[in-house]
Amino acid sequence: MDILQEILAGLKHNKLRTMLTGLSVSWGIFILIVLLGAGNGLKNGVMSNFSERATNTVQIWSGRSSMPYKGLKSGRSLNFAEKQIVDVDESLDETGGKTGVVEKNMTITYHNEYGSYSVNGVNPVYEDIFNLKIENGGGRFINDLDLKNQNKVIVIDRKIEEVLFKTESALGKYVQVGKVMFKVVGINSKKERYGEGSAYIPFTTAQSIFNPNKKFYSIAMQVNGLKTKDANDKFNDKLKQTMSQSLRFDPTDTQALYLYNAQRDYIETMKIFGGITIFVSIIGIFTLIAGIVGVSNIMLVSVKERTREIGIRKAIGASPASILRSIIIESILITTIFGYIGMVMGVGLTELVNIIMQQSAAQSDTGMSVFKDPTVQLSYVFVSTAILIISGVIAGYMPARRAVRIKPIEAMREE
Amino acid sequence: MITLTNVNKTYYTEATSLHVLKGIDLHISEGEYVSVMGASGSGKSTLLNILGILDNYDTGDYMLNNKLIKNLSEKQAAAYRNEMIGFVFQSFNLINFKNALENVALPLYYKNVSRKRRNIIAMEYLDRMGLKDWALHMPNEMSGGQKQRVAIARAIISQPKILLADEPTGALDSHTSEEVMKVLNELNNNGLTTIIVTHEKSVADETRKIIHIKDGLIETVEEKTR
Repeated sequence: MDILQEILAGLKHNKLRTMLTGLSVSWGIFILIVLLGAGNGLKNGVMSNFSERATNTVQIWSGRSSMPYKGLKSGRSLNFAEKQIVDVDESLDETGGKTGVVEKNMTITYHNEYGSYSVNGVNPVYEDIFNLKIENGGGRFINDLDLKNQNKVIVIDRKIEEVLFKTESALGKYVQVGKVMFKVVGINSKKERYGEGSAYIPFTTAQSIFNPNKKFYSIAMQVNGLKTKDANDKFNDKLKQTMSQSLRFDPTDTQALYLYNAQRDYIETMKIFGGITIFVSIIGIFTLIAGIVGVSNIMLVSVKERTREIGIRKAIGASPASILRSIIIESILITTIFGYIGMVMGVGLTELVNIIMQQSAAQSDTGMSVFKDPTVQLSYVFVSTAILIISGVIAGYMPARRAVRIKPIEAMREE
Repeated sequence: MITLTNVNKTYYTEATSLHVLKGIDLHISEGEYVSVMGASGSGKSTLLNILGILDNYDTGDYMLNNKLIKNLSEKQAAAYRNEMIGFVFQSFNLINFKNALENVALPLYYKNVSRKRRNIIAMEYLDRMGLKDWALHMPNEMSGGQKQRVAIARAIISQPKILLADEPTGALDSHTSEEVMKVLNELNNNGLTTIIVTHEKSVADETRKIIHIKDGLIETVEEKTR
C-alpha cells in the first residue's frame, strides 16, 4: 500500500507524461478489443446463418444423366425411390436419420383464404435435420404414428398461418390441401429467408395421396463423425458412388446428382474464421506492442529524468530491489489502469453496436444479418488483464535495470 | 568507529588512469568532529564517498563500526547506508516534488516504518530544526538555509552512526552558513560522529580535528584541544 502511494505521488507529479504514456496503451487495448469484437460479429453472423439447418447434414437431389452408361443413353431423367434410401443406409455407416422429401407445390385453402405453397412429405427426423422451430404452444411436428397411419396432418410455417388465418390460431383447424382436408398439428416459427413458406405432411401420406408413381427427387440425411474436410470429401465420393450404382449413372457424371454437404462448408468456413481471428489478433497485438514500446520508451525517459532523484534515494538507503520494484510497479500501474480504460471503452463500443444492431434486426423482417453480436467474451477481459500486467513488467524491466545501475554519486552530481 | 588502512583508489577512463587516493590511513573515534580540507582534485570528495559507501576502493581496508566495508553487494551497501550513515550535500539533494516532511521521512520509508509513524517522527526532527511550520512546504518555497536544515533532519532521522557533510555551506551565504554550522555543532555535542568536507577555513575551524589532504595523501592532521 505504501509503495503504491509512493509511486502515485510520482505519477501525479508528472500528470501530462503519465497521461500521454497511458493513452498509447489505452489505444492499443481499445483497438484489440474492437477488432476482436468485429471478428466475432462477423463469425457469429455467418454462424447464425449456418444454424438455419443443423450443420451435420447432407442433402442430395437427382438430376438428369449427361453421359451414356452401360448401354443406357444420356439424357435420362433420374429420380429416387425407397430403394435409394435403403441403399444409402446400408452402404454408408456415417449416416444417421434420413428422409426422402416429396415436394409439390399445392394450393392450401382455409375458408376464403388460399395460397400456393411448397408442401413437403417428410419423416419426423426432418425437423432435426433442418432445425425447424416449434415453440411451446405451437403444437408438434410429424411423428412416427402419423407416418404409420398415413395421417392427414400438416405442419405449416408461421407465414402461412398469418396469411390464411390472420389473427386466428391455426392449431387444430382443418385446411384443404389440393382436394384433401388436413388437420394443422404444428406451427413452424423458424424464419426463412426466401419463399412464401412451406408446409410439412407425413412422407407416407404424401406418397399415397399426391405421388402415385412414388418417385421423389431429394433425400436429406444426418451424418456423424465427419470432423475434417477430407473425411467429408471422402464421404461425398462414397455417396456419389453408391447413388451411381443404385441409379445406374456414370460416377463422373456431374449432372446426374447434386449434393450439398453443410458439414463440409461449415468446416471450411470455420477455418476461414479461424484465420480471420488470428489475423485480427495479430493486428491488435501489434498495436498493443506499439503501446507497450511507448510505455517502455517513456519510462526510460522518466528514469533518465529522475536519475538524480533515484541517486538521492539510493544514498538514503534504497536497495536496488526497491528501486527495481518501484519502476516496474509504476509501469504495471500505467499499463493496467490505462489498459482498463481502453478495454472498458472497447467493450462499451462493441456492446453499443450490438444493442443498435439488435434493435434494427428486431425491426427487419428476416432477422438475418452477416453481422451479429459483435462482442468479446468475458474470458478475453481476463486474458487481456494478464497481458496488461505482463506487458507492464516487460515495459518496465529495461528502464528499471537502467535505474538500478545508476550510481548515486554520479546521479547527484547531475544538475 | 572509522579505521582506514592503506586505502587506494584509482579512476580509470578509456585513455588514462587517475590515482586519486594513494594509501590513506585514518582513524576516527566515536563522537569526533572532523573536517577534511584540500584543494579541488585532492581526493577529499572521493574519500568522503568511500566513507559513505557510495563508492568502492581498490586496495586497503575500511572498517566502520567494526564491520569491514569491502566488496559489498549493492543491497548490503544500501542497508549499511540506511543504517549507519547520514548524508548532507552541498546542493541539498531534496526531492523536489515532495514537501519537507516527506523528504525528511523518506529514509524511514526504506526502513519499512509505517507512513503514520514516520510522519510523526519526521515532524519531531523538523521541529528540532525549527522548521515545524514549514513541514508542508515544497523545497522550492524554502531558502537555502532552510533546505539544508531539512536535509540535515533527513540525514539524522534514521539515527546514523556518522554524519557525512559534503561542503554543507558551499551554496549558502555567510549568515545562513553560521546557522547550519550551529546545527551541526549541536549534533556533534550530542555525540554524533561528524565529518565535514570543506574548503572554507571558517567551517573547518568549528571542528576539532582538521585533516589536510593533498594529492591523494593525508598531509597533516591538526588536532585542537578545547
